[in-house]
Amino acid sequence: MSEAAERRTRPVDVSAIGSAMVRLEGRAKVTGTAPYAVEHPTSALTGSDLGAPLQVWLVQSTVARGRVTGVDAREALAHPGVLAVLDHVNAPRLERGGGEGDGPDPELMVLQDAEVAFRGQIVAVVVAETPEAAREGARLVRVGYEPRPHEAELREDAAGYRPDSVNGGMENDTDDGDVEAGLADSDVVVEETYRTPYEHNNPMEPHAVLAVWEELADGPRATLFDSTQGVHGVASSLAPLLGLEKDRVVVRAPHVGGGFGSKGLPHAPEMAAVLAARAVPGRPVSLAVTRQQMFALTGYRTATISRFRLGARPDGTLVAVDHRVLEQTSRLKEYAEQTAAPTRMMYAAPHRHTSHRLVPLDVAVPSWMRAPGEMPGMYAHEVAMDDLAVACGIDPITLRERNEPTVDPETGKPFNNRRLLDCLHRGASRFGWADRPPSPRATQDGDWWVGTGVAAATYPAMVMPGNAARVRAIDAGRYAVEIGAVDIGTGSRTVLTQIAADALGCPTEAVELGIGDTSLPSASVAGGSSGTASWGSAIVAAAQAFRHEHGSSPVVGAETTAAAEDDPEQQNHAMHSFGAVFAEVRVHRFTGELRVSRLLGVYSVGRIVNPATARSQLIGGLTMGLSAALFEESYRDARFGHVVTQDLASYHVAAHADVMDVEAEWLDESDTMATPMGSRGIGEIGIVGTPAAVVNAAFHATGVRVRSLPLTPDKLVEERSR
Amino acid sequence: MQERISLTVDGVDRTLDVDTRTTLLDALRDRLGCIAPKKGCDHGQCGACTVLLDGRRHLTCLALAVAYDGAEVVTAEGLGSDGDLHPVAAAFLREDAYQCGYCTPGQICSAVGVLDELKQGHPSHVSEDLEADPEPDDDELRERMSGNLCRCGAYVNILAAVRDAVGEGEG
Repeated sequence: MSEAAERRTRPVDVSAIGSAMVRLEGRAKVTGTAPYAVEHPTSALTGSDLGAPLQVWLVQSTVARGRVTGVDAREALAHPGVLAVLDHVNAPRLERGGGEGDGPDPELMVLQDAEVAFRGQIVAVVVAETPEAAREGARLVRVGYEPRPHEAELREDAAGYRPDSVNGGMENDTDDGDVEAGLADSDVVVEETYRTPYEHNNPMEPHAVLAVWEELADGPRATLFDSTQGVHGVASSLAPLLGLEKDRVVVRAPHVGGGFGSKGLPHAPEMAAVLAARAVPGRPVSLAVTRQQMFALTGYRTATISRFRLGARPDGTLVAVDHRVLEQTSRLKEYAEQTAAPTRMMYAAPHRHTSHRLVPLDVAVPSWMRAPGEMPGMYAHEVAMDDLAVACGIDPITLRERNEPTVDPETGKPFNNRRLLDCLHRGASRFGWADRPPSPRATQDGDWWVGTGVAAATYPAMVMPGNAARVRAIDAGRYAVEIGAVDIGTGSRTVLTQIAADALGCPTEAVELGIGDTSLPSASVAGGSSGTASWGSAIVAAAQAFRHEHGSSPVVGAETTAAAEDDPEQQNHAMHSFGAVFAEVRVHRFTGELRVSRLLGVYSVGRIVNPATARSQLIGGLTMGLSAALFEESYRDARFGHVVTQDLASYHVAAHADVMDVEAEWLDESDTMATPMGSRGIGEIGIVGTPAAVVNAAFHATGVRVRSLPLTPDKLVEERSR
Repeated sequence: MQERISLTVDGVDRTLDVDTRTTLLDALRDRLGCIAPKKGCDHGQCGACTVLLDGRRHLTCLALAVAYDGAEVVTAEGLGSDGDLHPVAAAFLREDAYQCGYCTPGQICSAVGVLDELKQGHPSHVSEDLEADPEPDDDELRERMSGNLCRCGAYVNILAAVRDAVGEGEG
């Protein structure tokens, strides 16, 4: 065996892994002393005292499409405290050839031309001495437009175009067998349309940047505290556009107030802040995006229209699955949600067709929101399965048992560890499913109809390339373990410490973990439920290489940097996690008010690194799924092209009183094919399937089927009166 | 237009000149470097900026600083004493009642306010009997905490933490 083969990353002997270690930054968070992006003192940027930051305010377009004919900043500049107004004429120029792939990211080409591609686009940037002056200055900027006709409505009858691929580089269309023949041959056919609305991520910390641009002897350098899910990704996206090497854009993010995908990629505000900083070199600038601005500038989940046809035998065995998705994108930048992706691997069927069509609109740029693809796609599929269970007159769990594949229907490869049925059975037992009346509208408690529903969940087990970690002996048995990862609230600072301790064979107290800084080794984004898997694998690889090179009693200063390696067996398997979600709802017989009285998720997600933070992530996903089921909808006024529900009073998210009994548990298992820790990702699977479970429970309670989210009382009442 | 005001923030007397347009939240964050109250919406819709203002929970984003000359502000940072966490903060830590932590200081200040309101017998929207002393049951606690949004979805753990604090005699 060669040395390289001997050195392949080995599974970790677990000790700290599996314990409910309290979050390392927990005390700082409960006392409010953990600093988020713009809360840092400016001295933290460069080490020298730069004084109070200048304040940046964004001016947004008031037309959905057209040209800026002029920006009159005279009145704004006359306002006390206003220092500069940047527009498309005077803003620093960005490198057009500087992007990766097909040229510059159009979303990041802020103030580079007069074109307006959507309402709410940044058309000017005000820099002032105080936030009050910046905001008033922004109000005083006069922007002239030459508007053009725009299109902002996703019409059900639109044909759409076929993108080259969908998010994640997946195929746009797939075909197995002959879906039309399969449907023609089926005894039972369910043909329905399922819709999910526009949704906004709305992390509690709005996007924010503290930045300084320095003209140094060896060239310019930008330093940022950013609210981001990936510091390295921000640096590598911005640097080429700024004409800088990546290491001349320093990005730090020690604490991030949530992201849910909206901070996974840099958006226009980050570039606006850097342009503002560049306009006042040596002076720090602070940009806190407002909650309202987030609805146009920081990504959102596109609405989806899923046309489903399921063909089956009388016993529910699937013969054909047809899932055709219509969704929208921004004309400025293509984003194709992979809504039908889970349909390709979920259930066995000889005939299958999936496709995505995109309608380009003059609207803000959609992007990732928690479980892109899986969340809307599995909503549609799992409500369709409930429709099929009703059509066949069988129990929804039995239906899923009858369609459990032996290998991945999409690739023909064996699954790494498919335990969907175990999740369903354990959940059924925990939830008391056996006592469920088979017919809908069978249980009434006072003025409330009561029902239960189930849905399956799945999410790919992703490990991202491009991760490395550094281990250094610091003193007396203590180790610095460093990687440019980010803790957006998932607990990664804590779980990576647990992983590092076990990989090094030392107590967690002996690990000094460094994350959230581009000066640390390369790390992929905190997204795709891949963070802990990807970063942890790099830490284990580096720790094992460190021990190989420096032994168990290393000299102080001994250091090893190593990259993560994948288990080659991953290529021969379909790598996925699974879960089952059970919901009990109560629907008021007169008003249609709906309460989710119980919600349970049971998951097969590999080994759990930290049961406390894992449970929080899973119940957090379930809660966001409940929120999506009942409340969330960004209402776009197509006449003007913007979201009118652009705040937390009109974009409803679940509040305390909406959330009753929510519980998550997991199967005891380990998946060392996925990662040397035996873990898989857990950040997104909690939201997958949850809205379907709620909708299915509402049907069971009332006998009324609503297929368009959110399940608001008016829809229940309206459907019932039809 | 500037006005001079004095505030007691977490036990420390502070005097500052504020633009009359400045909210109490911005005065605390931008002028006094007090980062425990968070800005989540700036419109009184999320609760992240909650502090105890003269002893009662209050949204600082909906308060103009100039109107609170002489007020006493206690933030999540100032709740504990002598390096010990306040029992509500300790319960949040124990129950993992947060993830990203951004809404957390506001949740904790709000919870401290809720427990005091319960002690004083204030009824809520879900109180059956508006005259009787309210029972600090789950429905009451959820209802009273509903002005503080948590997008990470830590509500069930927050409830457990507040329930712990009630059990410890804080309520």
